[in-house]
Amino acid sequence: MIRLDALCRNFQVGDQEVHALDRVSLLIGRGEYVSIMGPSGSGKSTLLNILGLMDRPTSGKYLLDEVDTSTMPEAELAQTRQRQIGFIFQSFHLVSRLSAEENVELPMLLAGDAPAARRARSRAALERVGLGHRHDHRPNQLSGGERQRVAIARAIVMQPKLMLADEPTGNLDSASGQEIVALIEELNAQGLTLLVVTHDPAIGSRAGRTLRFRDGRLDQDQPA
Amino acid sequence: MRPMDINLFAGGALSRAPARTFAMLLATAIGVAAVLVLTSLGEAARTFVTKEFRSLGTNLIIVLPGRSETSGAGPGMALAETNRDLTLDDARATRRSPHVDLVAPVVVGAAAANVSGREREVTILGTTGEFKNIRKWRMAAGEFLPDVDMDRAAPVCVVGDTIAKEMFVTGQPIGEWLRIGDRRCRVTGVLEPQGTSIMLDVDETVIVPVVSAQAIFDSPGLFRIILQAVSRDRIDAAKQDVRRIITARHYGEEDITVITQDAVLSTFDGILRTLTLALAGIAGVSLIVAGVLIMNVMLVAVSQRTGEIGLLKALGATRQQVLVLFVTEALFLATLGGIVGICLGYVLIAGMGLAYSELSFTPPLWATMGAMLTAMACGVLFGILPARRAAAMDPIRALQNR
Repeated sequence: MIRLDALCRNFQVGDQEVHALDRVSLLIGRGEYVSIMGPSGSGKSTLLNILGLMDRPTSGKYLLDEVDTSTMPEAELAQTRQRQIGFIFQSFHLVSRLSAEENVELPMLLAGDAPAARRARSRAALERVGLGHRHDHRPNQLSGGERQRVAIARAIVMQPKLMLADEPTGNLDSASGQEIVALIEELNAQGLTLLVVTHDPAIGSRAGRTLRFRDGRLDQDQPA
Repeated sequence: MRPMDINLFAGGALSRAPARTFAMLLATAIGVAAVLVLTSLGEAARTFVTKEFRSLGTNLIIVLPGRSETSGAGPGMALAETNRDLTLDDARATRRSPHVDLVAPVVVGAAAANVSGREREVTILGTTGEFKNIRKWRMAAGEFLPDVDMDRAAPVCVVGDTIAKEMFVTGQPIGEWLRIGDRRCRVTGVLEPQGTSIMLDVDETVIVPVVSAQAIFDSPGLFRIILQAVSRDRIDAAKQDVRRIITARHYGEEDITVITQDAVLSTFDGILRTLTLALAGIAGVSLIVAGVLIMNVMLVAVSQRTGEIGLLKALGATRQQVLVLFVTEALFLATLGGIVGICLGYVLIAGMGLAYSELSFTPPLWATMGAMLTAMACGVLFGILPARRAAAMDPIRALQNR
């Protein structure tokens, strides 16, 4: 599913070059459940951005489904992002003026799908995360846990193969956090490849495999 | 993205920021309304002036004494300038042209008129009976000057509406005597009220035979000779005949100026058209200002919606899609503002029409269309910069809202 070859990502900070990722090589198979852990600034977010095709490596290769992404033009990257990758963020990133349903429809809206098909699929996705009855609520009428569920519905509505979650429980109380983790684990059990960046060892240890980063390097790759 | 979805999304974004949307809408609306109001003012002035000129008569040719051309400044030139007066004989001679239909010599001046002790400064117009036909005047009562030879100084006069009302206590001026200087004349007719026209205030005028006026002002010359050509397409022929006839009478010296009503009309028309265009341009500047405001407010909107832009990109929106979304928003605003501006403009113009009923205010179609299109073009043009900024955003940074 994912193959990284000597991946580097450097940033220029002042006159200093910072190696956010330093020669990371990695293989992640289809359907894996991987947690990415490490202290702040260890490069885990940078890795997630590159895996999500929102950032490009300085050098090295990233093959997604055996396709080399480093030579893709921007429009193709956007399309790959749209069809194959689902994102969940710590702060949910729902559009506040849109209802839950409309938020879930966003990726299909961008893809140019017909309104009727969009509605049906967004309802199905909301049902799947257990929010079918709140489809017309706006984000500010929903609890934190519910908002993250909407975000998850949005992430899965295009039926991606890969889900990237950046601190998905960081803004939630522990009860809702556990529900969210249970939900994404269930999705993983149904075949979705799942990568979770987290600080929380309790969540990190639940994954089938844990990648620990330190100073931009893959420090430890341990199966649970 | 489907066009309909783009519109709904852009419209939704606008409706969620009503204060911002309202400010931009208002700016555009004021700009568009300004264009409409100012151009309709210019047009009203133009139609007013041309209407006034038309009311003077049709197919008119006007002869003025003197040459209104720049002459050379050589030492001999001063001697060559004779500036001979126009005379009644000149006027009479122009009848020889087959292209001339009506001829009226005109003498104008101011003098004190006296009716049984009441005195008033009036405009004296000396002419002949044909002048009424040229100007298409109608009588409120009585007769105009008699159609006799130009030389006859019959002791009669015709008075304008104001004079008839204010100088004759009986309200019946016909048959009464009116004294101008040492001359007395009997009032034979009263003109219908004419209102102010470009040439003179007819309502405050006393019209006497041309010879009488020459005697009152003690001057043998004429102020103008007004002629009417037989038809529109013979104006030029008549003009040339008149010039030739009078020049021959003045011993071959062309010391008169002959102008046609059409020429004057088209000159004024041209000047006032230019004025209207200039006004449109000035008002157009306010549209540009509105455009700059749209740009600024859109830039604020872009920075406020950084997170949303980042999200759209993460969900697979291309640079171009983000660009289109924001440009659509700006275009929406400008179009809506334009429509509101047109309504506002028409309301203001209707108000002006009520206040000044003698002028007809109608914004020209080109101004309405032009203002609308300029507003929309401004929206797109000034929307592009903020939209490009949004489109160029790095999705990661945008999501972190930095």
